[in-house]
Formats: sequence, structure tokens, C-alpha cells
Amino acid sequence: MSKVVLKLADDVSTDIIYPGRFMATVLPTETPQYAFADLVDFNTRVKKKEFQPQSVIVAGRNFGCGSSREQAASCLKGPEFIVIARDFARIFLQNSINLGLNTIICPDIEASEGDELKITATQVVNLRTENSFKIVPLPQARQAIIDAGGLIPYTRQRLMQTKR
Amino acid sequence: MGMTLVEKILSRATGQAAVKAGDVVEPRVDLAMSHENAALVINQFQEIYQGTGLDARVWNPDKIALIFDHRVPAEGAKTATNQKKVREFATMQGINKFHDIRGDEGGICHQILPENGYVLPGQVVVGTDSHTTSHGALGAFAFGIGATEMASVWALGRVLNVEVPGTIKVEVHGDFQPYVLPKDLILYLIGQISAQGANFKVIEFHGPTIRRISTSGRLTICNMAVEAGATAGIVPADTESIRYLHEEAGVKGAIEALHPDVDANYDRVIEVDASVLAPQVACPHTVDNVKPIQEVVGKDINQIVIGSCTNGRLDDIQIAAQILEGKKVARNVRMLVFPASARIYRQALKEGYLMTLMEAGAVVMNSGCGPCLGVHQGALADGDVALATTNRNFKGRMGNPSAEVYLCSPAVAAASALTGKITDPRKGA
Ligand code: SF4
Repeated sequence: MSKVVLKLADDVSTDIIYPGRFMATVLPTETPQYAFADLVDFNTRVKKKEFQPQSVIVAGRNFGCGSSREQAASCLKGPEFIVIARDFARIFLQNSINLGLNTIICPDIEASEGDELKITATQVVNLRTENSFKIVPLPQARQAIIDAGGLIPYTRQRLMQTKR
Repeated sequence: MGMTLVEKILSRATGQAAVKAGDVVEPRVDLAMSHENAALVINQFQEIYQGTGLDARVWNPDKIALIFDHRVPAEGAKTATNQKKVREFATMQGINKFHDIRGDEGGICHQILPENGYVLPGQVVVGTDSHTTSHGALGAFAFGIGATEMASVWALGRVLNVEVPGTIKVEVHGDFQPYVLPKDLILYLIGQISAQGANFKVIEFHGPTIRRISTSGRLTICNMAVEAGATAGIVPADTESIRYLHEEAGVKGAIEALHPDVDANYDRVIEVDASVLAPQVACPHTVDNVKPIQEVVGKDINQIVIGSCTNGRLDDIQIAAQILEGKKVARNVRMLVFPASARIYRQALKEGYLMTLMEAGAVVMNSGCGPCLGVHQGALADGDVALATTNRNFKGRMGNPSAEVYLCSPAVAAASALTGKITDPRKGA
């Protein structure tokens, strides 16, 4: 069971997720302190490590639009958030898959902060409203990267194959 | 069924006879560009090689470009140290397309690539920057990727698991009114199709109006294709592209121009009549909140910004200088100008444009991203309103979530500098 700890609207940009002024910080161990830095209450709670792993951020359409900065994915991966959005912007989705941030495409999701969700391979159930919402599976090619544990191990495998 | 331009490029880059939208391919990369964020790419690249017993060498140093632009000269020790790490890596790996902080060859990555002839029609170009879409202006398939993806490209020379995007065809006809510019066309289009309207798709630009737009204007248009969510924007190469590459970018020898097939399969076709367009303004806080200028004239402005990879080229600076010639920037507004590259800076110096702008009251800054992402220079105060020729107006973009950013063409920015209010350049400029 996972709790919704943040509910967001459509078109949340990477400037909101990880403001540009912190871009000199690149290490995935250091980026979570700036996650949603301008949503001060939420950011404070991230910094205090108040959220359980697998806590859920629910967003609308086009989550992660804007810049290619990978910090926007790594800052959410560190605290092990799950991001459920109606859909994602391309580069953010790809970065998340590459880094192993759990992103779920759920076009009809309806949930509020505080709701408990049950997430299976095919659907998300909101335990408060008892509604269930279908998950759109990731393309096969993306799944291969996830199965390998991210793009780094996946590339390493490929490299060893070609150099052999 | 024929192929779109991107399908054609990807079929070449994969050695397949034909590819179609939805296929998953692993294209060879012709150019892989990063800026300061190469510091992160280097970390990820080294991690790939951990425990493999292999030497961490990039697949081809001649196909990698590294350009410092986001924070130049460095604003603090952390950035300076990141830049040092990248500089040392470039030397160690023998990467020659490396543009350090210099007055002869530095500048913003999306200007450095075209002006040095690093991008050719039909190529596959990736960059760790979302505005890598710019390079579609020369008929390449150019798209943004993240740092880890780039590390994988440095290792393998291919992008893994690329889904061939579908294509939206945009057909533009009609002549622009005076003081209406390519920026107005792309802002209008983003307003029409929304910030998500082209998600996961390519926008292919066609029509007589596009053919008449210079490479500079095409760079503006393709630069902002990503603001409609597009993977890439692309203009099929033509005589103008070849002229630019030979005359301005120093490319020698024959250049092949690829074209889409006439029976290519488009997801959607959009027609635009450029002759009826007014100057356009994107209002806070989304790029698709676009209005014709008459709906926002009179809005008070605190800071005018002309520059960036979107509109920091010579023709942009020229039109601003022409509008401000012999006049003064209003006292209640600050005007910042930052040319997109050192080369453009020097040309604008030589032409006298920078003198004109400074005499009018503008501050001319060094080439780089500067105020565009507000980490380094030109941050806004609480409640400030900026009018900028850049490409993003997201909350916080210019360093302050309590400020507002409006986006426009250089003509609108310059006309508004004279009054301190959003002003239509067609009237009284
Ligand atoms: S000028 Fe602005 S949009 Fe262009 S590369 Fe720099 S930060 Fe990005």
C-alpha cells in the first residue's frame, strides 16, 4: 500500500521539480535535498526524510516537461518515490527509466493527498474511493532497460557483448 | 508508403531499408553534444566501465562536442570545479570539438554547433539539452537526452531503444507583416497545439514561408519545437541550408540534402497563414499561454532580455539596434543583451549594433546562457516582470518563482524597452 503525499496539476516542469539554480549539484546522493525546492513545505519534509519509501506523487498530464536535467529524476529516485501521472514528457520519462525511478502512466488517475493506493502490474486502486485505474504498460524496449536494472548495467552488458 | 524525413534519416542510421513510426531502433550517432552537464555524464560513463576490465574510452572523440555555456564564466567554485573536470576529460579523450570560455570561439552550444559546421543534413544528433531540437534547422534529426543516456552513447556510439516518432507536418504560406518574425510563428503554433500537442512526435516544417526564412530563423523555430513537447523539429535542407553551411559555417565539399517522400505518412497536417499573424507573446507561466500582442500591450515590464539560443543571433541583435537607434531605454526598465556566441558578439561589435544598444542604455553581457535560466546573471526580484526573447517562462525560470516571464520576438522586446511596457513594434517603433 502506498500513500499519496503530493498531488500536482498538468504541465509540471523540471524547473518546478528541480530548479535550475541547483543544477551545479549533480550527484544522485545530493540532489534529493532540492526536490521541489520551491514547494517549501514538501521540500522540508523530503529533507527531514519524513516520507516512507514508495510514497506516491500523483500528477496530471505532461509531467516533467522542459529541460533534460537528469537531476529531476534522480532527486525523486533517492527517496524512492513512485510517480503516477496521466502522462509524462519524453526526456523525463526516459531519464526515469534509465535511473530506475518508478514511473507509472495512468491516464485516468484520480487521487488526493492522503489517499492510500494499491498498485498492481495493471492497475492502480484508490482505496478511499474504491475506484480503479488502468496502467498503460511501457513499451517493450523500455522494459528491457528496467529489467536490466537501469541503463548503466544495460549498456555494460551491451559493451561486454560487443568487445567479446 | 513513403518515409517522413526522420524515418529516412533513421533508416540510414540503422542500415535498414525502411523504418516506420513505432519501430524500435538503435541508430548510429553522428554528433553527441553536452555542456557543463558533461560532468554528470563523465560520472555515469565511468560507472558503465566499472568492473568490466575495459578502458573507459569514448567510442569516437571526433563525434563528441563539449561546450561551456550555462554558467560562464563560472559563478561559483562548484561550477568551476565541474568545468575543470570536463576540460581535463576532453584533453584526456582527445575531444577536439571542445569550446571553453573564450572570446574567439565560445558561446551557447546550440549556436556553436551550426556556426562551426558540426551538424549536417541527414545526421543523427543527440545532446544533453532539451533545445537540441534546434539543429533540425539544418535537416538533421536532433533530440535531447539525459546524462545517463549520453554516457551510453559515449560508450556505444548508438542510442539504444529509440522509438521512431510519428511526424506532424506544418505547412506555412504567406508573407510576414513587417516586424513579425519567425519567433512569432513558432509561438503561435505552440499556442495552437499546446505544450503537449507534439509529445513524442517530430514536427516537419514545409511551405514557401519556411523556404524564405534564413537558417537563423529556422534555428529559432526548431529550438522551440520542444516547447510543444516535440522530440524534434526539422526543416528539410535546401539551397539556404547549403549556402549557410558553405558560406557561414565553413563546410567544404558537396552536401547531400535528404527529403521526405511525397507519399510519406503524417499523423497530422497543420496549415498556417503567416500573413495574418500579429506579433505573439507567451504569458506566464506556460509557453503555450500565447496571445496576440494586442491583448497584452501596456503591461509594465521591469527587465527586458534579448539573447539566448532562441534569439541571440546577429539578425536578432540587428533588429533590436535598429529599433533603439538614437533612442533611450525607459528609466523604469533594465535591458540585458547577450549574444548567442562570441562570433556573433564580434560581428555585432563590428557592425556597431552593440554601441547603439549600449548608448540606448542596454547592458551587453558575455555570450552564454546567462539570464535565460536565471542561475547566474540577471535574476528577477519578487514581483518583477520580465519580457524575454528566450524560450521558457516556467515559474522560477529566471531565478525567482515569485516573478513573471513573458516571451516574445526581439522586435517586441526592443519596442517595449523604449516604453517600459509591452509594446507593438508595428506602431511607433
Ligand atoms: S540559452 Fe537558455 S535555453 Fe538556450 S541552452 Fe542556454 S539555458 Fe538552455
